[in-house]
Amino acid sequence: MPILVLIVQSFNAGKSRAKWEGFSFRWYGALFQSVSIMDALKVTLSVALLATVISTILGTLAAIGIYSMKKRPQSVMMTMTNLPNTMPDIVTGISLMLLFIFTRINRGYLTMLMAHITFDTPYVILSVMPKLKQMNKHTYEAALDLGATPTYALLHVLIPECRQGIVTGALLAFTLSLDDFTVSYFTTSPLVQNLSTLIYSAARRGIEPTLNALSALMFVTLLVLLLIVNHRTEERN
Amino acid sequence: MIEQEHLIELKHIRKEYDGVTVLDDINLYIRKKEFVTLLGPSGCGKTTTLRIIGGFETPTEGELYFEGREISALPPYKRRVNTVFQKYALFPHLNVFDNIAFGLKLKKMPRQEINQRVGQMLELVNLKGYEKRKVDALSGGQQQRVAIARSLVNEPEVLLLDEPLGALDLKLRKEMQLELKNMQQRLGITFLYVTHDQEEALTMSDTIVVMREGHILQIGDPKHIYDEPANAFVADFIGESNILRGTMVRDELVSFAGRGFPCVDFGFGNDTPVDVVIRPEDIMVVGEDIGQLVGTIQSVLFKGVHYEMMIDCGTFTFKVHSTTMQPQGSRVGLSIVPFNIHIMRPMDASPTEEA
Repeated sequence: MPILVLIVQSFNAGKSRAKWEGFSFRWYGALFQSVSIMDALKVTLSVALLATVISTILGTLAAIGIYSMKKRPQSVMMTMTNLPNTMPDIVTGISLMLLFIFTRINRGYLTMLMAHITFDTPYVILSVMPKLKQMNKHTYEAALDLGATPTYALLHVLIPECRQGIVTGALLAFTLSLDDFTVSYFTTSPLVQNLSTLIYSAARRGIEPTLNALSALMFVTLLVLLLIVNHRTEERN
Repeated sequence: MIEQEHLIELKHIRKEYDGVTVLDDINLYIRKKEFVTLLGPSGCGKTTTLRIIGGFETPTEGELYFEGREISALPPYKRRVNTVFQKYALFPHLNVFDNIAFGLKLKKMPRQEINQRVGQMLELVNLKGYEKRKVDALSGGQQQRVAIARSLVNEPEVLLLDEPLGALDLKLRKEMQLELKNMQQRLGITFLYVTHDQEEALTMSDTIVVMREGHILQIGDPKHIYDEPANAFVADFIGESNILRGTMVRDELVSFAGRGFPCVDFGFGNDTPVDVVIRPEDIMVVGEDIGQLVGTIQSVLFKGVHYEMMIDCGTFTFKVHSTTMQPQGSRVGLSIVPFNIHIMRPMDASPTEEA
């Protein structure tokens, strides 16, 4: 309901929230004119894309590694993979911030990217893992048996076999990155802002109608992404 | 030299997993064009032996020779053997043609030749016209054929088969047994086959290796293993048997079930405890008055080719196969010719039951 109000408001021609002054794309236009918003959009998109690519590669390799472990270390690794998902974002955010302060890494674009990779990777592992478990456990050996080197078997058999899980994991990572506020807030500097931290600081100064338009767009984008991810997961089952 | 005949040779192979010995002092050789079967209950180490030859496991101790060369450290993709895995392990993202062509493409064979060789293989396994099918869409028997074709197309020196027919139903399994045996003879490829199905082993093999708990109990051709089992476990595992504790009174006379029987075995010493093995089809049902033993028929089961009767002789209940039926409860005589009484030294441990 509040989101619905927000979306309706974003088309309001007037500046006041109390009065409907007719339908207009005025704020959407203003949105794309604003330098600070466009800069933040670039940060958000580039962080999300880079984090997705890196965490997908890391997560896929990690999943394959964990899959080939023995039972005990495997369950330990899977618990560690599940842990970040059960932890509130604020804990992840603050602990990463403390880590960066402790290691004297200046917070900014790079730390935000690292933070995003950190919380994206477990989701990729969790999407790829079921695909590996569904596979016949001798599939990799069969490839070696037919003359494939381990690298060839990885690229031409294992990865194609879990392609669906990898794509789902990547979409999920991208969505989470776009969506994230808490972790980004703690791991970036005020100079490098993505959309969500920008909205947060702007909202403290008073809500501008452009922010309505921006929030409406973000909501719709994330909704579509989530629907795609859900659809893929259901199709698999 | 005899050594040259040995395509594969295992010398004192031992394998340990986390401190548990699963294979102990395995010595075995395989000749060219031979059909060798590793037979034993689950957990006996037969699959581990196969995986060591395939290169998927390294032995803890011992040497593995291929054409006289030590290869136990060679990775699987450098060995001239191919494996047909349990439940096939086909590549679901590839179609039938690409599954079979996988090995040839790795050898950088020209397209023309790949097409020709895959075509021949499909013909061999009766799957012509299935090139573009997805492997998931095939039946179990068809997937099995693709798995065999995928291995054979590489013209391996040895084909390793790990319970390849385990997932098929009885009728299909029988058909595939014959087809595999035919293929092996026609192509002249050495087969090393793993199964727990004694009938399968007897039907297909030139040589059977009976294994139990990481040891080889007996190696021999099917007839030898069936007729002259090395111990009570082999006798029990290969076909059905009556196994009794007995005493070797002296050469050619054994005592069990409360009386002495003339037999053909000697050299055990006098008054030595032994295991006595008698096949159910080797016991003749005769008149009460002329039998060596007398018993009461407890149960009769019709088994198709024969009747299976349980005959209680007081000290022991014999399992007897006969083509003529006697009514349940009747008294009959049992007679066994000396040649059919198999005497063996008792095993140090009695066969443990597998769960």
